[in-house]
Amino acid sequence: MTSYRQMTRLRASVFALATGFILLSAGPSLAAEDSRTLKSPGFSFQGPFGTFDRGELQRGFQVYQEVCSSCHALKYFAFRNLPRIGFSEDQAKAIAAEYEVTDGPDVEGEMFERPARLADHMPSPFANDNAARSANNGALPPDLSLMVKARAGGEDYLYSLLTGYEDPPSDVELGEGMSFNPYFGGRQIAMPPPLFEDGVEYADGTAASVDQMARDLSTFLTWVAEPDLETRKGMGIKVMIFLILLTALLYMVKRKVWRDIH
Amino acid sequence: MSSPDSGNRIVQWIEYRLPIFSWLDHTVGSGYPAPKNLNYLWNMGSLAGIVLMIQIVTGIVLAMHYVPHGDMAFDSVEHIMRNVNYGWLIRYLHSNGASMFFLVVYIHIFRGMYYGSYKYPRELLWWLGLVILLLMMASAFMGYVLPWGQMSFWGATVITNLFSAIPLIGEPIVTWLWGGFAIASPTLQRFFSLHYLLPFVIVGIVILHIWALHIHGSNNPTGIDVKGPQDTIPFHPYYTVKDLFGLGVFLIIFAYWVFYNPNYLGHPDNYIPANPLQTPPHIVPEWYLLPFYAILRAIPDKLGGVIAMGASIGVLFLIPWLDTSRVRVATFRPIYKQFFWILLADVVILGWVGANPPEGHFILIGQLATTYYFLHFLIVMPFAGWFESPRKPPDSISSSVLEKGGGNASAKEAVQ
Repeated sequence: MTSYRQMTRLRASVFALATGFILLSAGPSLAAEDSRTLKSPGFSFQGPFGTFDRGELQRGFQVYQEVCSSCHALKYFAFRNLPRIGFSEDQAKAIAAEYEVTDGPDVEGEMFERPARLADHMPSPFANDNAARSANNGALPPDLSLMVKARAGGEDYLYSLLTGYEDPPSDVELGEGMSFNPYFGGRQIAMPPPLFEDGVEYADGTAASVDQMARDLSTFLTWVAEPDLETRKGMGIKVMIFLILLTALLYMVKRKVWRDIH
Repeated sequence: MSSPDSGNRIVQWIEYRLPIFSWLDHTVGSGYPAPKNLNYLWNMGSLAGIVLMIQIVTGIVLAMHYVPHGDMAFDSVEHIMRNVNYGWLIRYLHSNGASMFFLVVYIHIFRGMYYGSYKYPRELLWWLGLVILLLMMASAFMGYVLPWGQMSFWGATVITNLFSAIPLIGEPIVTWLWGGFAIASPTLQRFFSLHYLLPFVIVGIVILHIWALHIHGSNNPTGIDVKGPQDTIPFHPYYTVKDLFGLGVFLIIFAYWVFYNPNYLGHPDNYIPANPLQTPPHIVPEWYLLPFYAILRAIPDKLGGVIAMGASIGVLFLIPWLDTSRVRVATFRPIYKQFFWILLADVVILGWVGANPPEGHFILIGQLATTYYFLHFLIVMPFAGWFESPRKPPDSISSSVLEKGGGNASAKEAVQ
């Protein structure tokens, strides 16, 4: 009896240590950025049952269109994705048609501009990285498609950054054209504060506070970074229920098969 | 498992020409006697084999969509994530599967160390396992390079540059590994080729590993040799059903990562496309390589660090002889048992140091932990064996099982 108890304890400690090992080792590398603790406003897509709020997604898309898209590309986002964030197909076609994309060569060998179609991806604001740097005081505005997954803290980081602009403390001397943001690595960021109260007029009439816009944009960019998040979590629930039932059955079979051994 | 003496005429027809059914029966069937007292730590071997299969199957599907070229690799991974049907699922299974593979294999290795499974007559079995570990590390490293993100690129830079520490021929070797004078598309293309090849080499070594296992059979929690049929039970159905239950538990843990936290074990920098002009602030490998990374950085000299890192695995090849104890299992070794848990803690500390930048107190902790790691194998192991007086193990496997089940048996009798 004692040796059995010892075994159980041994097993428990091995698993606990292994788990602790993963948490310990992955933890610090993910929370690396110096600066202060991120704000966590709470998003509807977090947690095991999370889904995106379609209103937030569409408003976030509008903020991207009207604010971010003058400097930041979103190259992995296609207009055919618009119906997936709640626009009708006709709305999506109309939105696409507002953009011009380069196509060709035509029968005479010339490239030409035409209105975007659903199959096109969001056009980049700049022809290339050098053009982007030259228009932005030497800084390169990164593509936003994967931003939420490319930063420790994900959507909380993005929200904190967007709402985190402050006047610099007296001991900080800002470089030319730089702004102070304690959530940014190095605390000096080349992007001026992008969001202002009523900076956009929301199509659905929501009051466009900085907080609201930051939340909507963080939601939208999470969708762009991980468009199958809802499918993944929805499938996860079914897989988990199935696996737990299966494992419980296997345990009972195991007990039955082993009954005569001890 | 179809029994070879099955009345099925097709089975008999095949068996007469190619005795595959009796082979299976002797490998994982009722014809393979296993000690009756194996605990759940003995589930890890079959689990590792299953994860290897999951990795190979998901990897083959990923390779149908992935483009191993410096200009297209990152985009092709995003194509898999966005446009390929269930591409996100296949990729998350594969990337988290690598972590699960190492988790299972590390438990497997520490189980072998606790129960002395490396000792006579299983030295070659242990060696083959270590060869599998080395091949896994190489495969995992090259696989991590394939998405061609920042951590892929700079991880590859750090690791391939280690070879430049070799005197005289180091630099030419690095150029040869890269396929050029910098890490670029040729490097990525050869890493892809090797990443596809190595898992099949692993399969080959796994077959040898299982072959060697079957010569003397599984070790067991008492460490006593099987003395007769009363000590064993057929692998099927007893261990097949126990392994299946373990597989269920494992899949629940695996599914948690895949469906609810798929990027936690990775690094956010790998969602930034590789940029040779911008070094990330901290270059860290995946969690399963962190202890070795800490040993590498513990030595201030580059060549010394590479040698220490190599020696950290190399010393494991020697433990069948460094362990001088006549008793296999740490359970009956009051002194050595304590040191086993200290070693496990030491490896966890090394992993923690490896995850942090080499500054401040992490340098000292890393050096102490590295020193202790080698002290354990080179000093503690032989001396504990010489000076410790182990408790007496039970007389036989079956008597240990009866002792354990004693309470139950008498309870059953009382009911009858």
